[in-house]
Amino acid sequence: MKTGWQRGLIELRQSFTNGPELFSHFLWPVLMLAALFFLRHRDFGSTGFLLGALALPGILGMNAAMGMVSMSQQLTADREDGTLLRAKAVPNGMVSYLIGKVVSVAGGLLVDLAILLIPGLLLVDGLALGSAHWFTLVWVLVLGLVATLPIGAVLGSVFTTARSQGLIQLPMLALIAVSGIFYPITALPGWLEGIGQLTPVYWMGLGMRSALLPGEAVVVEVGQSWRHLETAAVLGLWAVAGLLLAPVVLRRMARRESGSKVAERRERALRRVA
Amino acid sequence: MVLTVDGLRMRYGDREVLHDVTFDARPGEVLALLGPNGAGKSTTIEILEGFRLRSAGRVEVLGVDPAAGDERWRSRVGIVLQSWRDHGNWRVGELLHHLGSYYTPYKPAWPAGELLDAVGLTPSAGQKIKTLSGGQRRRLDVAIGIVGRPDVLFLDEPTTGFDPEARSEFHELVRGLAAEQGTTILLTTHDLDEASKLAHRILVLAAGRIIAAGSTAQLTELIAGEDEVRWSVDGQAFRRSTADSTGFVRELFATYGDAVRELEVRRASLEDTYLTLVREQA
Repeated sequence: MKTGWQRGLIELRQSFTNGPELFSHFLWPVLMLAALFFLRHRDFGSTGFLLGALALPGILGMNAAMGMVSMSQQLTADREDGTLLRAKAVPNGMVSYLIGKVVSVAGGLLVDLAILLIPGLLLVDGLALGSAHWFTLVWVLVLGLVATLPIGAVLGSVFTTARSQGLIQLPMLALIAVSGIFYPITALPGWLEGIGQLTPVYWMGLGMRSALLPGEAVVVEVGQSWRHLETAAVLGLWAVAGLLLAPVVLRRMARRESGSKVAERRERALRRVA
Repeated sequence: MVLTVDGLRMRYGDREVLHDVTFDARPGEVLALLGPNGAGKSTTIEILEGFRLRSAGRVEVLGVDPAAGDERWRSRVGIVLQSWRDHGNWRVGELLHHLGSYYTPYKPAWPAGELLDAVGLTPSAGQKIKTLSGGQRRRLDVAIGIVGRPDVLFLDEPTTGFDPEARSEFHELVRGLAAEQGTTILLTTHDLDEASKLAHRILVLAAGRIIAAGSTAQLTELIAGEDEVRWSVDGQAFRRSTADSTGFVRELFATYGDAVRELEVRRASLEDTYLTLVREQA
């Protein structure tokens, strides 16, 4: 437990002290902020709400959901270079590894969100920020992470190489497109609206909007409701499913790791480069 | 016994890579698994490490079946694999210290600073692991393998890519571990010279079978090729292969006396016999 925390904190610090990773921490938030900057005075249809205000919570929700992707990518990378096998070779290594991964991914995400949220609040008008709003923000975020990170771990154990890992990026983008993050889901065709509402991404976006927007903005949502109960229920279901599935899949994957497997993958990776 | 392997078999599909491998190791013993590539060395060591499930046979490491080893068992086993390139972004001292802390619930780990000193990595303690050279990386792997003061240590091809100096330093370290800490060591190598320098006992593995076992001297005797005797009498050169070179030479002097010149006796080298053995199996 303690080693897991230490591990997570060390990895977190590393991700903010090396060039390429630091760049990726800032790239998306900065791009998003630029987009928000240009949208900030544009109205959304005839509703009288500012598009920028509507988009910011959605972007936050999406970023949080992207933790799923980075979780799965890191898991695949760690499997490829033998980090996971190392965890297997030391006592209680796998448990510490997983705790460490959750701490570093979730921690990195929170920092990313802060990078986005703080300037976003200054840039965008029409947000509501009472203590009840902050409370909603926190529970949606926490529940959202518990719902998405185990799923990310499952995806990470299914794909064996960094290359095949790239394949999950496409469906993720499609998912984000139909999740009503950038545009209210009510504007999509009915069947897409249905699919979108199955994903945790949609509900995290909705939860964020409910946390950061004034009450009147609810009119653009499905059923003109923030549906907090449903949000908790859907995210909760994903969380339960993920937490049940992840240990099984991870154990299965870890059992199959051995020195020669790692060496084999390394050979293959080298051949690709050559 | 620290290691007990009895009738170990391993099959991948219908290809059998280990046939009936049997050996054991006493506390503090250094055992070398010697054999050409593809002989089954890595498979054997991975089964003992608990990373691979065997097809049949009895295997015990520290009295426990590795397939069912718990975390306490894990804390007594040190592992150095063939190729690590993990934790590239971590710093050398940081990783060693961190991994050492996994063992503290069971026993005091080796202090990172002291251990870095022992493997000669103190100047690189603050360096990122991905910037280490091959030999430095290998020494770090060994340090990680022994940071928890294991009772048994598995080394898979430990000196691949070492220069002669690093190799001899490494041999020193391994001998010290066995002698001072009482660590039982099983290492794989395809280098006969390394095996005979390090190991109390050598197991020759070829095509999935142990074809010979014993100390360097025993092996030489067991699978001894014949010694070669060369000499000349009256300017004429002779050459003879014999199992009993001492007796043959005594005979020679008895017959020719001072006329025997340019006498040369070449003992059968283990290298020659090992190569012959391995070739016979293939």
